[in-house]
Amino acid sequence: MKYFLQRIAFYLFTAWAAITLNFFIPRMVPGDPVQSLITKYQGQLSTKSIQSLYVLFGLDKDEGLWSQYIDYWKQLFHGDLGLSFTFFPTPVSTVIGQALPWTLLLVGITTVISFLLGTGLGVLAGWRRGSWVDGLLPVTTFFSSVPYFWLGIIAIYLLAGPDSFFPSSGGFDSGLVPAWDQYFIPSAIKHSLLPALTILISSVSGWILSMRNMMVTVSSEDYITVAHAKGLPERRVAVSYAARNALLPNISGFALALGFIVGGTLLVEIVFSYPGLGYTLLQGLGAKDYPLMQGVFLVITISVLVANLLADIAYLLLDPRTRKEG
Amino acid sequence: MAEPVLEIRNLNVDYGLGDRAVHAVRDVNLTLHRGEVLGLAGESGSGKSTLAYGMTRLLAPPGVITGGEVVYHPQQGPAYDVLGLTDRQLRAWRWAETAIVFQGAMNSLNPVHKISTQLTDVLKAHDPKMSEHSRSARAREMLKLVGISADRMDAYPHQLSGGMRQRVMIGMALILQPQVVIMDEPTTALDVVMQRQILGQLIELRERLGFSVIFITHDLSLLVEFSNRIAIMYGGRIVEEAPAATIYRDALHPYSKGLLSSFPALRGPKRELAGIPGSPPDLAGMPAGCSFHPRCPKAFEPCNSAIPVLGRPDTPDGAGRSVACWLHPAEQPVG
Repeated sequence: MKYFLQRIAFYLFTAWAAITLNFFIPRMVPGDPVQSLITKYQGQLSTKSIQSLYVLFGLDKDEGLWSQYIDYWKQLFHGDLGLSFTFFPTPVSTVIGQALPWTLLLVGITTVISFLLGTGLGVLAGWRRGSWVDGLLPVTTFFSSVPYFWLGIIAIYLLAGPDSFFPSSGGFDSGLVPAWDQYFIPSAIKHSLLPALTILISSVSGWILSMRNMMVTVSSEDYITVAHAKGLPERRVAVSYAARNALLPNISGFALALGFIVGGTLLVEIVFSYPGLGYTLLQGLGAKDYPLMQGVFLVITISVLVANLLADIAYLLLDPRTRKEG
Repeated sequence: MAEPVLEIRNLNVDYGLGDRAVHAVRDVNLTLHRGEVLGLAGESGSGKSTLAYGMTRLLAPPGVITGGEVVYHPQQGPAYDVLGLTDRQLRAWRWAETAIVFQGAMNSLNPVHKISTQLTDVLKAHDPKMSEHSRSARAREMLKLVGISADRMDAYPHQLSGGMRQRVMIGMALILQPQVVIMDEPTTALDVVMQRQILGQLIELRERLGFSVIFITHDLSLLVEFSNRIAIMYGGRIVEEAPAATIYRDALHPYSKGLLSSFPALRGPKRELAGIPGSPPDLAGMPAGCSFHPRCPKAFEPCNSAIPVLGRPDTPDGAGRSVACWLHPAEQPVG
């Protein structure tokens, strides 16, 4: 328990450091969002409204950096991430709230499937070396070494098009309004198939390879020989002795992958114009949209930290050697 | 002499296949009798562990058994060849009839499972009808037998000391009351005090429970003390086999003599300690004839051309012992 509290304290500290960095970095970037907004409105803004925009964005020159920082924290605790410049005057929290589910569902489900499939195949490949699963390895490794955007573009080029089953862009048919009904959901699933497939193809080989290698390493451990000598059924030796021990490194890899769901999908969403968080971040970057960027980074930071915490907890549960007594 | 429980006949084990195969165990004949402790000694690479893995069919690839028989005599019913069992029969035979205590006490237990799980899963595998409660009672009983308090049942292996882990392994080996227990250097990783304590306990348990032991070690001094009979292996073959006291007093094979003079006696007159010159033979390129002849101080004319057969020597106490050496040509080959 003490160990657990130590971890929590560590993560709180890391979160504070990340959020603080998150505050400073956009302010160090040259350029000014209000200027770009002025350009956007082509000089139709009066001097007074420009001044109020500065105040609104928390970029008031009269205010010191310190009080901006304090304000930033105050707003953060109210769930207020400021107003987006790009989607002005929509609040950033709303923009992120709209984009996040798309990313979470698409990449989240795909990551879980990829992990389960890859680990399962890895167990098979490592336990029965030289079987058909080994033949699968070069293929999956080839696909994972192909740059992702290229794989996505090729998939769109070959499989998507006006007459094809797979749509080439977007998260749903443009004529529909997001709702939980029989028109929207099938359309959303149909739009997610191709991006999901390309993510799966490019990520599964990592799981297979690492699981297979760990299986091979663990298989030569003494306790595996003992398990055989005890006359345990082959399945039990493979699952409860070999795979159970080989799984540990993959679990931490999985938790980290969960953390990167939110942040690591920029390419997928750009290639498929998928309305997720990565695509939103791209739009924010183009418009020097500090609040939006800060908001997205905050979500990414928190998700990585939460995933790390999950990895720690999973490790505590799965590996008794990491538990400290008392 | 007591009836045999395990007979190894002409066992051959290779690593690899074809021309490049390494013959790790060659034409080994060995009989374990009911209730005895048979010691198997030799340098590293002499094939003693391979023999143990071979007769229990636990060899990891590329190890293959290329010939021979391992005849097991169950307490009731006819004898059968272990090498001819189906996978299912083999699983049932393992541990229930022949259990093994392995070299690495530290790594023989699965680090992520509790002691209790690892003690009871063997019961579950061999007797699925046994109730959860009686399984756990049996596991407790075994821990008590090897001198570990029952509250360690829920401990994980890393919470036990090396000696305790090896005790747990011995308890685990005896849990199904096997006829044969193979000990493959069971105390190598332990200090001498713990070594003696554990072996003493094992011998006591053997007298109580009546199983037979094949005790594999490179430490001949331990064998002289703890075993009834000793077989000495060199280069994949058994070169001498005799009662422990006979070997200690009067070893016939120069290699056995070399092993015996490489450790000091506790009692009796002081004698010069001498190692065996040279190094163990390369199993991939065995010398012709007797494989020991390049290192043998007494090598003479036939040694480098013909392999001596293991047989009864021409000495007065020749009965009950055998040796493979041209100094003592066999009157009656064994096997």
